Amino acid sequence: MKTTALELTDLDVRYGGVQALRGLSLTVAEGEIVALLGNNGAGKTTTLSTVSGLVRPAGGTVRHEGQDITRSSPPSIVERGLIHVPEGRRIFSTLTVHENLLMGGYPVRDQATLRRRLDRAYELLPRLAERRAQQGGTLSGGEQQMLAIGRALVAGPRLLMLDEPSMGLAPLLVTAVMDVIRDINAEGTSVLLVEQNAKAALKIAHRGYVIENGECTLDGSAAELSADSRVVEAYLGGV
Amino acid sequence: MSQLIWNGLFVGSFYALVALGYSMVYGIIKLLNFAHGDLYMLGAFSGFAMLGAMGGLVKSQSLLALFIVLLLAMLTTGLSGVVLERVAYRPLRRAPRLALLITAVGASFALEYGTRIVAGANPKVYPVRLGGTTLHVFGARITVQQLALVGVAVALMVALHLLITRSRQGRAMRAIALDPRAALLMGVDVDKVIARTFFIGSALAGAAGVMAGGYYGKIDFLMGFIIGLKAFTAAVIGGIGNMQGTMLGGLVLGLLESFGTHWLGGEWRDVFAFGCLILFLTVRPTGLLGERVTERV
Ligand SMILES: Nc1ncnc2c1ncn2[C@@H]1O[C@H](COP(=O)(O)OP(=O)(O)O)[C@@H](O)[C@H]1O
Ligand SMILES: [Mg+2]
Repeated sequence: MKTTALELTDLDVRYGGVQALRGLSLTVAEGEIVALLGNNGAGKTTTLSTVSGLVRPAGGTVRHEGQDITRSSPPSIVERGLIHVPEGRRIFSTLTVHENLLMGGYPVRDQATLRRRLDRAYELLPRLAERRAQQGGTLSGGEQQMLAIGRALVAGPRLLMLDEPSMGLAPLLVTAVMDVIRDINAEGTSVLLVEQNAKAALKIAHRGYVIENGECTLDGSAAELSADSRVVEAYLGGV
Repeated sequence: MSQLIWNGLFVGSFYALVALGYSMVYGIIKLLNFAHGDLYMLGAFSGFAMLGAMGGLVKSQSLLALFIVLLLAMLTTGLSGVVLERVAYRPLRRAPRLALLITAVGASFALEYGTRIVAGANPKVYPVRLGGTTLHVFGARITVQQLALVGVAVALMVALHLLITRSRQGRAMRAIALDPRAALLMGVDVDKVIARTFFIGSALAGAAGVMAGGYYGKIDFLMGFIIGLKAFTAAVIGGIGNMQGTMLGGLVLGLLESFGTHWLGGEWRDVFAFGCLILFLTVRPTGLLGERVTERV
């Protein structure tokens, strides 16, 4: 058994009267890509926000590499290498592409490390190099998603969490984004991939979970899930 | 004519200095900090207290003494701004905007009447008075002291501009202004950066307060009220939240006032300034340089 990168146990999250997560548990092993599938409102974003400390759970624990980080502050969670690429990209619109990448590297104090990671991000995402001095808000949707991923790379992720990176992108771009995620994973970064586009996610994931109403209702290897009739019906658009 | 321009630029650089703090705070937490003008007053008073404490030292080297006091007063008002944010504004960060606004008005009164209790209601006469050598430039009478003050104001603004556009801290400030939650996901300690923003903005207001004390010679506990409104006007004219716009707005307001009073008479000065405010708020609420850039979707 590989070591565990992330372990969520019995998470309960409430927004006022709305219970968004009900005893949700999942794990991501070191080096894995894990897909988190589910419809709108299922609790996927809430799960990621709980890991990154933006949302405090009413119950349950979050462990990163064995350590309890349930009550850690967002900056200290980033410092550990848990990097969250938010839903809707959240690019800093009036900052340039380069400044956006530098924001990703905000906690990095060592200049040599920072430069190496910037170079790597530009190498992996060459479109960004062309647009380096342009304002982030002027990029196309696909480019913005690449920028959001590049920003996360500069932070030096040990575990990368992506919230619906394929949202609003044309099929060709979805493939491009998934390829980039696979490349990042191949270099040793664990990935927790939230998607409504189950097909695209299961193509690159090793394992997956399906959540409905804040609960895990199904989990298994990507191959198992792709073949499961319930997944096929609900998320892969039938046969 | 050139005299009017010079007067306008001189007063305008004060407005700009105070307006910058207004604008920075608005940019980063969308709060109209009505107590900001009172930090200017606090700067003038702490400068006054320090000059008093330095006593005889001051007489011979008034410009140098004023400069040292300026730095110390900036530190004092900067820290006051940080305390104000921590005590009055931070607990309300998730509260409705109106609650915050009312708190700001309350903070303004607290600072004004707190100063009155400590220092008394009567105006104070600044122990240093800047007067002296006059130069003639293109027909305008310019004193060396005015030049020194404008020089300090410009230096502070250039430093601020570099900080905001070039440094890691400045980048974090701009990021928070655009999207605080996303900034948090970048590992930015948002509370700390907001506190620093208050420090810088308040210190600039404090600097303007000391300079105004040294130049005009008289200070009182309500002196921040009008300048606060003027700074707000300057920020609105230039584009609140936009730093270059705010600096420009300060100078434009100074010039408008200078020409306005020349044509209409001195008693129309404030009427004219606030008329401009209303005009901008109705006709171009984003200001001269506001909204020049794409907003996030
Ligand atoms: N800030 C919020 N305040 C109140 N309810 C929320 C908030 N965010 C999410 N919810 C609710 O929590 C549930 C889960 O939402 P979310 O985690 O965003 O789902 P998903 O990302 O899977 O679409 C939904 O019912 C949603 O309406
Ligand atoms: Mg979501």
